Amino acid sequence: MTSIRMTLAGVSSIAGVKSNDTLGSWFKRMLGTLGLPLLGLAVFLFIWQAGAKQIDTSLGQFPGPTQVYEQMSSLYAEHISEREREADFYQRQEARNAERVAKDPSYVPKIREYTGKPTFFDQIGTSLVTVLAGFAIAAIIAIPLGICIGLNASLYAALNPIIQLFKPVSPLAWLPLVTMVVSAAYVTDDPMFAKSFLTSLFTVALCCLWPTLINTAVGVSAVSQDLQNVSKVLRLSWMTHVVKIVLPSSVPMIFTGLRLSLGIAWMVLIAAEMLAQNPGLGKFVWDEFQNGSSDSLGRIMVAVLVIGLIGFLLDRIMLLLQRRVSWDKNAITR
Amino acid sequence: MTKHLELTGVSIEFPTPKGSFKALDNVNLKIARGEFVSLIGHSGCGKSTVLNIVAGLYQSTTGGVVLDGKEVNEPGPERAVVFQNHSLLPWLTAYENVELAVKQVFKGKKSKAEMKAWIEHNLELVHMTHAMHKRPDEISGGMKQRVGIARALAMEPKVLLMDEPFGALDALTRAHLQDSLMEIQKDLNNTVIMITHDVDEAVLLSDRIVMMTNGPAATVGEILDIELERPRNRIQLADDAQYNHYRHEVLSFLYEKQRKVEDIGQHRSQKAAADKAQETAPAKKQAQA
Ligand SMILES: Nc1ncnc2c1ncn2[C@@H]1O[C@H](COP(=O)(O)OP(=O)(O)OP(=O)(O)O)[C@@H](O)[C@H]1O
Ligand SMILES: [Mg+2]
Repeated sequence: MTSIRMTLAGVSSIAGVKSNDTLGSWFKRMLGTLGLPLLGLAVFLFIWQAGAKQIDTSLGQFPGPTQVYEQMSSLYAEHISEREREADFYQRQEARNAERVAKDPSYVPKIREYTGKPTFFDQIGTSLVTVLAGFAIAAIIAIPLGICIGLNASLYAALNPIIQLFKPVSPLAWLPLVTMVVSAAYVTDDPMFAKSFLTSLFTVALCCLWPTLINTAVGVSAVSQDLQNVSKVLRLSWMTHVVKIVLPSSVPMIFTGLRLSLGIAWMVLIAAEMLAQNPGLGKFVWDEFQNGSSDSLGRIMVAVLVIGLIGFLLDRIMLLLQRRVSWDKNAITR
Repeated sequence: MTKHLELTGVSIEFPTPKGSFKALDNVNLKIARGEFVSLIGHSGCGKSTVLNIVAGLYQSTTGGVVLDGKEVNEPGPERAVVFQNHSLLPWLTAYENVELAVKQVFKGKKSKAEMKAWIEHNLELVHMTHAMHKRPDEISGGMKQRVGIARALAMEPKVLLMDEPFGALDALTRAHLQDSLMEIQKDLNNTVIMITHDVDEAVLLSDRIVMMTNGPAATVGEILDIELERPRNRIQLADDAQYNHYRHEVLSFLYEKQRKVEDIGQHRSQKAAADKAQETAPAKKQAQA
């Protein structure tokens, strides 16, 4: 009798522990994935709000979270009204043209572009297009070049000093040179791209080339001896060796390089836009700074947050791509 | 009768920062077609080096290897290697790993359908058809090793070279793969050179066991012919007097004749030399004075 009771008690206690345990681990997991980050965010907002009150600038008080939120709404409202004005403009133009064509059928209507001031959201779009284009150019140059350097020790030795020399150069140093070269070399009456776009583009490409180049070269030159022996025993041709062994084996390293490059590209772009007054988020920040109204600091803060968010999202997208493409799941960190 | 595979006076010196290191000295070995030869010896004596020279991955300093009347001086698929750590391409499935080899060797000789059948046949030989579309990181160590063997077999090599193919596996898996290997060997009758650390494995599988002396400048110490009937059964052999005699021979070579005593021995002799030096030092001083 006692033994039965004991086993019953044992069973129930085991069951109790079990359900408690899963509940506990579930709670812990939620705390880890959601709770702690949210807590961190809350503490940050609190400190920000409290700290902002203490800082007085010539443009008024440093913006706290509430002001930033207000500015975000007002920027959005401006964007919407600007879009409406643009739609109105085209509508009026169309109506006018239709009227003139009705009066005089031989009249060929002229379409004039709307020339409003770009809104904050337009600037985000411009920056995104520029950074992706610059990054693409860098990747198109860096990956093949990195493969060549990685395969050929002499080429590596020859180019290494140049790479090491240019790698640490700041975008701000490149910018004047790129600007001058672009204005000298790109002379057409009907430009497909704006000069400012090209300047930003090449500056970004020049600065974010290096991590991809170096990582690709290292990945390609570090193919394991075992796999090289397999290739030798099979007598793979040079081309097959590169395509079947070298490239797949260096994909994880190439992606590590690409991720670093994209991060650098985004940082470089904002700096270049500020300095060169090229359209984009950097120019938005600079304009607000020059503008110096009481809203300016709040608006700059919005831009800072958006820049951070976009940088984060770009990195996540690269990470997802890397997970899809790379065979080495261990090489992917954070 | 000229032999199928001949190593004649093979020596090799590796350049090292401290001058050249003679790993092998005058290795001579003749192997007949279809023969299963094991190389056994202490760690670091130069077994892998011998295998790599036959594979063509290393070049001997003097002497050479002749296979069917042709000198070996580069790697090639007619001398397929099963590497110690499987060496599968981690981004390809088991099937694709074998396919890479098959496409390379039978390009233009087999049609697409024939190749597919041949790849599947070889995976079948090592009992891997159930997991042939899995990648190396999704299968166990023993399975990887089996795919490595399938890849080598699929090249239809004249000589199959295996560097401790089962070294990293647990005893059960190892026994299982040894049995599969004997079965395959019965059907295909390949020429095999296998490196092993395991005395039982050597006796069970081989027609001959080549025992190597300790390095540096290692060479063939003794060669033991294993005249046990095939098919061999490990359980029956456990009580077999002949089998145990062979085991004893190999063990006594490894642990009596080629005992790894250099560590203790060197230590002792160094100490003795130091003692001697101390004894003679005062004497020298006296002499100088
Ligand atoms: N590429 C090389 N360069 C210099 N020395 C080498 C090289 N390859 C092997 N050696 C040396 O040659 C000797 C034999 O090495 P090997 O790898 O053939 O030994 P092994 O018998 O296969 O040992 P194990 O059983 O541990 O695999 C060792 O002393 C090793 O240090
Ligand atoms: Mg070895």
